[in-house]
Amino acid sequence: MPVMFFMTTMVLYLAGTAFSLAYLLRRSEALSKVSLGVTGIGFISHTLALITRVMAADHVPLASFHEALSFFSWALVLVFLGVELRHRIHVLGSFILPLALISLLSAAALPKEVPTLEPVLRTVWVHVTLSILGTVGFAVAFVAGIMYLIQDGLLKSKRFNILYTKLPPLDYLDYLNQQSIVLGFPLLTLGIITGALSAEFARGSYLNWNPEQTWALVTWVFYFVVLMGRLTVGWRAKRAAYLTIIGFAGVVLTFIGVVLKGHGPVA
Amino acid sequence: MNIIVVGLSHKTAPVEVREMLAVPESRLGEALNRLCAYPGIKEGVLLSTCNRVEVYAVVDEMESGYTRVQEFLADTHLSLSSEQLTPHLYWHGGDHAISHLFRVAASLDSMIVGEPQILGQLKDAFEVALAHKASGVILNKLVKKAISVAKRVRTETKIAEMAVSVSYAAVELAKKIFSNLSEKTVLLVGAGEMAKLAARHLINNGVRHIMITTRDPHGALELSRRFNGVPVPFDEFRREMAEADIVLCSTGAAHYLIRAEDVQRAIRLRMNRPIFLIDMSVPRNIDPTVGTIANAFRFDIDDLEMRVEQNREERLREAAKAERMVEEEVGVVRQWLKSLEVTPTIVALRKRAEEIKQAELEKSLSRLGNLSPQERGLIEGMASAIVNKLLHGSLVTLKTEANSASGSLFIEAAKRFFNLDDETTSGRTEQLPNTGGQSDAHQPDRPVPVAGRSGPERASAQDMPDEET
Repeated sequence: MPVMFFMTTMVLYLAGTAFSLAYLLRRSEALSKVSLGVTGIGFISHTLALITRVMAADHVPLASFHEALSFFSWALVLVFLGVELRHRIHVLGSFILPLALISLLSAAALPKEVPTLEPVLRTVWVHVTLSILGTVGFAVAFVAGIMYLIQDGLLKSKRFNILYTKLPPLDYLDYLNQQSIVLGFPLLTLGIITGALSAEFARGSYLNWNPEQTWALVTWVFYFVVLMGRLTVGWRAKRAAYLTIIGFAGVVLTFIGVVLKGHGPVA
Repeated sequence: MNIIVVGLSHKTAPVEVREMLAVPESRLGEALNRLCAYPGIKEGVLLSTCNRVEVYAVVDEMESGYTRVQEFLADTHLSLSSEQLTPHLYWHGGDHAISHLFRVAASLDSMIVGEPQILGQLKDAFEVALAHKASGVILNKLVKKAISVAKRVRTETKIAEMAVSVSYAAVELAKKIFSNLSEKTVLLVGAGEMAKLAARHLINNGVRHIMITTRDPHGALELSRRFNGVPVPFDEFRREMAEADIVLCSTGAAHYLIRAEDVQRAIRLRMNRPIFLIDMSVPRNIDPTVGTIANAFRFDIDDLEMRVEQNREERLREAAKAERMVEEEVGVVRQWLKSLEVTPTIVALRKRAEEIKQAELEKSLSRLGNLSPQERGLIEGMASAIVNKLLHGSLVTLKTEANSASGSLFIEAAKRFFNLDDETTSGRTEQLPNTGGQSDAHQPDRPVPVAGRSGPERASAQDMPDEET
């Protein structure tokens, strides 16, 4: 059952992404509606896939990279649907959906087995959920940053093409960038704290400077600086766009590194 | 009953002819009364703008209708002879007249395709026609339909969305940088016409704060009063620039007034919030290298003109979509008009049959003398059954054929077979207020088009002197 839902989701997200990319290049509003519809159904199927998997297996949720990535993709689509329904920025889908799709495909490529965890790690899902939601915020900031740089470039070079007409105003993109960090950063902070607490229970130390923990702290410091820079010395607009792109690229590279090293559980 | 339009527009007549024929609003009522006094003209609407003078009319007979309206137009201006006028006129009848009206309303026939004023002008013309009872059932329906078609075209195509003037292109660009113009401040440097117009457009689009500077301090004061803005001394405006989100520059200066370092400092003070600079002066007043500064967006008059040109092409593409909508809507109206013809015929036919039945029943029943209620009922029932069965086929055929190509032929035939001419005509006059003299027939329709006019349309209509005169 979960596998069937998962496969359906993949197909629907693939279609949704394809339509949203076609929307970028065509003068047709219908394409974005189709994309939104397909993605919406995909999201329902995705939700069912996540629920049935947890119920069927009776294990700690979010304990494998497969589940973490699938959940990341789900939350990203959730954010997209929320912003789309509220602000009607259709073009956002053309940038977020590919990311959600890549994340889901990566999840599909990773082993689906559930690692057996020591009983003390049974609450680790709280840490993982918070960290993933924080990362979703950074992902949206990353997307807003890319859109910002594209629109900035089009305006500067005076290329008023289809993309120019579809992208939202620059200050909206900057606002989206800011809000994503403002929401993502506290979630990551809580994620790190709960992670440290779990580590304390499991291993008896809050921090043992393994690569994941080190990188998590580096990420935290980076986004802290980005956020403070914006609030105090005006690191907004183009600079904020660059910083959030670099930051998220760092997060992704770290994650890839951790997975390739073959660590079992996320914790 | 036929719908016709006779008129001239910017496409067929030079301005010398158009201005002679144009009817000022104060004399529109009088002109309509004169139009409806012509024999055979049942309804009329007169649309007179600086780009077109058109008479829409419902007439008994198409050819004579054309002649009458042409006479009416020639009489409008004494020094204009019929021979001078005719080469500039166009005539459309039936579906072509309806589709012409829809195209005009949707601004597809305008000099600048998609400009918004024509719809307001049509509404005004309709209002006057209603007030003078010149418009009746048919034109009421057609004009209201034209207004809704125009709105549909406006919402479903991008025809009216795109800036087609340089000053408006500046607003369009501003909206790609700032999402909420009402929180933004404009700095107007110099009193050039183009920049003033752009400032006016920005205000119409929500801008509330405006700073004004001119070399002549009196000029700034006067402009501040007009735009409800704040005057800024000319030698200080570079410092004030940090406050401005949008800088509109249009002076007669022969050198750069705003240099790269001025903008750099402003952006630093603005903590990197973007600034949008529009240079509308020739020679230019803003150093072009400003465009390379991060978060500064500089556009000059050529950039704006390029944008306008692109939009024109885009509008033409959207216009093709709008034309298809017009065709579709003409089809809808065509159905309505045909049903209008068949309904009175059916009513008359039923009435005629009922009269004959009643007359014959009375005759027979009185001859038969005392009958039980049961027997009476039986005879009456039989009479009704015969009448209904005889009529049934004809009525069904009439209803179905009314929408076919030969619909009017069937209606005509039915009228002749059953000798219905008088009834049908009287049935129709009841619905046509200006011929039947029943003015209340169109009253319920009145408030709709008048109240339907929206604010923004008006505002943009008044403030676009460069779009359309």
